[in-house]
Amino acid sequence: MIEVKNLTKRYGDIKALDDISFTVDTGEVLGFLGPNGAGKSTTMNIITGYISSTSGTVTVDGTEILENPRETKRKIGYLPEIPPLYPEMTVRKYLEFMFDLKKVRLPKKEHIDEIMRLVRISDKADRLIKNLSKGYRQRVGFGQALLGNPPVLILDEPTVGLDPKQIIEVRKLIRSLGKKHTVIFSSHVLSEISSTCDRIIVISEGRLVADSKADELSKALADTQKLSLTVEGSPSEIIGEIKKIPGVKKYMKVRELGEKTAVYSVEYGNDFDIRREVFSAMARINAPILEMKSGNESLEDMFLKLTQDAGKAGQ
Amino acid sequence: MGAILKREMSAYFSSATAYVVMAVFFFFSGMFFNFYVFAQNSTSLTYVFSSMFFIIMFIIPIITMKSFAEEKKQKSDQALLTSPCSLTEIVLGKFLAAFIMFAMCNVIFLVYAVVISFFAQPQWSVILCTLLGTLLLGSSMIAINVFISVLTESQVVAAVLGMGAGLLISMMSYFVNNISVDWISTAIEKISFMNYYENFTYGILSITDVIFFLSVTALFLFFTVRALEKRRWS
Repeated sequence: MIEVKNLTKRYGDIKALDDISFTVDTGEVLGFLGPNGAGKSTTMNIITGYISSTSGTVTVDGTEILENPRETKRKIGYLPEIPPLYPEMTVRKYLEFMFDLKKVRLPKKEHIDEIMRLVRISDKADRLIKNLSKGYRQRVGFGQALLGNPPVLILDEPTVGLDPKQIIEVRKLIRSLGKKHTVIFSSHVLSEISSTCDRIIVISEGRLVADSKADELSKALADTQKLSLTVEGSPSEIIGEIKKIPGVKKYMKVRELGEKTAVYSVEYGNDFDIRREVFSAMARINAPILEMKSGNESLEDMFLKLTQDAGKAGQ
Repeated sequence: MGAILKREMSAYFSSATAYVVMAVFFFFSGMFFNFYVFAQNSTSLTYVFSSMFFIIMFIIPIITMKSFAEEKKQKSDQALLTSPCSLTEIVLGKFLAAFIMFAMCNVIFLVYAVVISFFAQPQWSVILCTLLGTLLLGSSMIAINVFISVLTESQVVAAVLGMGAGLLISMMSYFVNNISVDWISTAIEKISFMNYYENFTYGILSITDVIFFLSVTALFLFFTVRALEKRRWS
């Protein structure tokens, strides 16, 4: 449905996007992940034709955005990071304006009523947008993107600034939309992406660093196990002992809990189990273990890892 | 284009802009009407119109300052630029809305003409010719100010720059008399709006004057489209 090929965007000497390529199939919900300033919004702005790429192409359902902008834009519903609203208009007037602007060929009143029901703003139809709360404004923005039932929906951080209840509603909405539309949505909150998307693309500093199914991403990266220890004793001695245990790859003191107690994190290879060795080593130096937790890497850790690795590669 | 035109018009009238602009326009034109027609016992609107030249220079930036500056600031330009409308359509929609707003102000001159007709026969041909001139001058100034608005994100900057441009254009005939370098003063004379506008106020309808104002309008609308396009590419 969407094919992005070798997308590069330069602002003077700064490369905002560096050779990004990916495809999205019909009916897929794609999560776009990256720290702030990674190039998520830039990519989305290029796909929707708001800005132009320096090089590379974007094809939506067979038409190219630069060659045939009118036809291509018709197929895309876009909710930018800041919803493009006019504060002095009422919700209904605004949606009517967007309906005309997008040259939608559906029965006007029925369609707008249907959209307002879908994003649940029917009761605010005659309120001025400037008097609406952030959550409602976001919904109006959503409604605007859905006008004309475009086959592709592009949503730029649709949950930012919403309260937890609204966030859950928006996620539900995105999942239900995913049945009929092809959706790309961006976020820097991992749990959100992993609970909503079929596929995740991670970008960092303008480069694509990962593209895979949500569950494969964690498998691919979990080549190490992690152990979190709370130990009482002299840190240098404890670190010294941990260092000696075979299989340990990484160790660090995470934080101090008291004068003598500290939390340590130890990473070790998949084919080892160092818990017994840790226990006897700590016993040897008479440092009681107060807590020992093993944990697989969370998406957050993976995300940090991916984006940091990309940063190093770039330097 | 229709959608944008409609929205702009409703924006003028749902905010104070339309009413303030009309009030100021009517106030000054009424004042000049009083000075030059009633007080002088004359039926000629010529001086009313030529005095309005300066008011128009200041009022048009107020009408157009919002057009693109505000969109950019509120990021609502994202809706316009990602819609299946061409840049020309967007610019024309904005321009026409401002022009209609301005034309509505000018209706007052017809009222004055009717007032005169109670006392004496007004010179309809002169009045209509001047009205046409005013509208043409307005359309050039609107195009220039829409272009200024596209260059900035701030309404205030747009308005001040627009007024500065208006002042500069008004003073062109003054420059002509004070610049001793021949070719510069000739060049300025050729682009002095007042020169072309004055002919209309005397009731002289010349094709040169019409074409001058139409070309300025077209030129600056074209610049506006290019500036929008450039923003997309940079």
